[in-house]
Amino acid sequence: MPAKKNSNPVFTFEDALQRLEEIVHQLEDGVLPLDESLRLYEEGIGLSKTCADRLSQAEVTLKRLAKDMEGNLTLLDENEE
Amino acid sequence: MQQPGSRIQVPLTVTELTRRIKLALESGFPALQVVGEISNFKRHSSGHLYFTLKDEGAQLSAVMWRSRVPSLTFSPEDGMKVVATGRLSVYEVRGSYQIDVSTLRPMGTGDLQMAFERLKEKLGAEGLFDLSRKRVLPRYPMRIGIVTSPTGAVLRDMKHVFDRRFPAVELVLAPARVQGAGAADEIAQAIRDLNGLGGLDLLILARGGGSLEDLWPFNEEKVARAIAASRVPVVSAVGHEVDVTIADFVADLRAPTPTAAAELVVRDRAAILELLRNSCYTMQESMASRLHHHRDHIRHLLKSHALNRPVDLLHRHSQHVDELNRSMSTAVAHRTALAETRARALMDRLAALNPQRVLKRGYAIVRREGTVVASRTDVRPRDRVDITFHDGAVSSTID
Repeated sequence: MPAKKNSNPVFTFEDALQRLEEIVHQLEDGVLPLDESLRLYEEGIGLSKTCADRLSQAEVTLKRLAKDMEGNLTLLDENEE
Repeated sequence: MQQPGSRIQVPLTVTELTRRIKLALESGFPALQVVGEISNFKRHSSGHLYFTLKDEGAQLSAVMWRSRVPSLTFSPEDGMKVVATGRLSVYEVRGSYQIDVSTLRPMGTGDLQMAFERLKEKLGAEGLFDLSRKRVLPRYPMRIGIVTSPTGAVLRDMKHVFDRRFPAVELVLAPARVQGAGAADEIAQAIRDLNGLGGLDLLILARGGGSLEDLWPFNEEKVARAIAASRVPVVSAVGHEVDVTIADFVADLRAPTPTAAAELVVRDRAAILELLRNSCYTMQESMASRLHHHRDHIRHLLKSHALNRPVDLLHRHSQHVDELNRSMSTAVAHRTALAETRARALMDRLAALNPQRVLKRGYAIVRREGTVVASRTDVRPRDRVDITFHDGAVSSTID
């Protein structure tokens, strides 16, 4: 099984959901100028879509930790069984 | 049937006989220990355990009532050699006898049990089990290291839970043998390797159920030390609910089983999707009400006196301009009339000063070389002069 490049970009739910929460609060407060609010709104909708897309994935990514002869650690893709 | 020469024997009822047997057995065999191999093990839905203890020559029915089950330190299975402690009892209805087991332990585990207690005491004294050492697991782990056997159902079962609950995670399997000689070394090395790999949010040590011997690697000091040294939080998920290992004490969180660990470390996606939907709804509502507010404001402004003032002003200004226009025309006309009167008077005065009118009265103008001669001293004899009359000029010579 060949080692495959990591298909998941660096993306954390923690950060995304925290940012989303901030945006929701700021929009609810309604004190920002209108154009700033529209920008935040677009960012918020984008974040929630990214999160939802990641959660609609069919299965988790499974890797196997392996060592080469020099003892270097590599990751092998295990999903294609 | 009656026997001659003896007392008439009254036949016993089955119940009476059974009661006597029960009395004899239960008083004749107080609390006892018996060694045997488990077979026909059944966990009844009521929670009671039923099984048979047997050896080469005989078998004995056994029951462990539900209230005793929590005291088990391992999961009994067919084929395990065990030491059962309990009392004999007779089940009169079926005319059978059995042992009511109060405690059950795997055969030959006395040494292991002692080693377990000694290590637990030692590591506990070092503070390795302190609550202050326990790390909080990340709320949304994205990369999870799993130390377990690459073969077997444990990994597959855990993966199914992750697929169902939170498929956004990446699982990194660090394969290790989880029982037998050398397993503890492999488990400890796998923990160190996953730490060396970096970028992981937490580790899970997973192993399915088994005997105390099977689970033993998780009771070894080297595994406990590797867990304690891990920079990444560790969840132990070894055996069944009843199995407790040293690894459980050192880990940041103990899960009763491997699949329970998978359930514990990630949130259910349904809850997160609900949160996302709510967020979108709130944002949309906020923006909609904001825009609605702005639209109303604009409508209001359009109708307001303030915004309509320019039109008012314009009207008023144009009226003013009209007025100015009118008064300006009047002023101009007046001035024109005045100017005309003055012009006429001036013209009359000019007309009165016209030399022609003097000439008509009989005067004449004398010029010498174009210059008016006003005195007799201005001319000498033989000067040529021009004399202008009102109706023409003549030339003449002075005598």
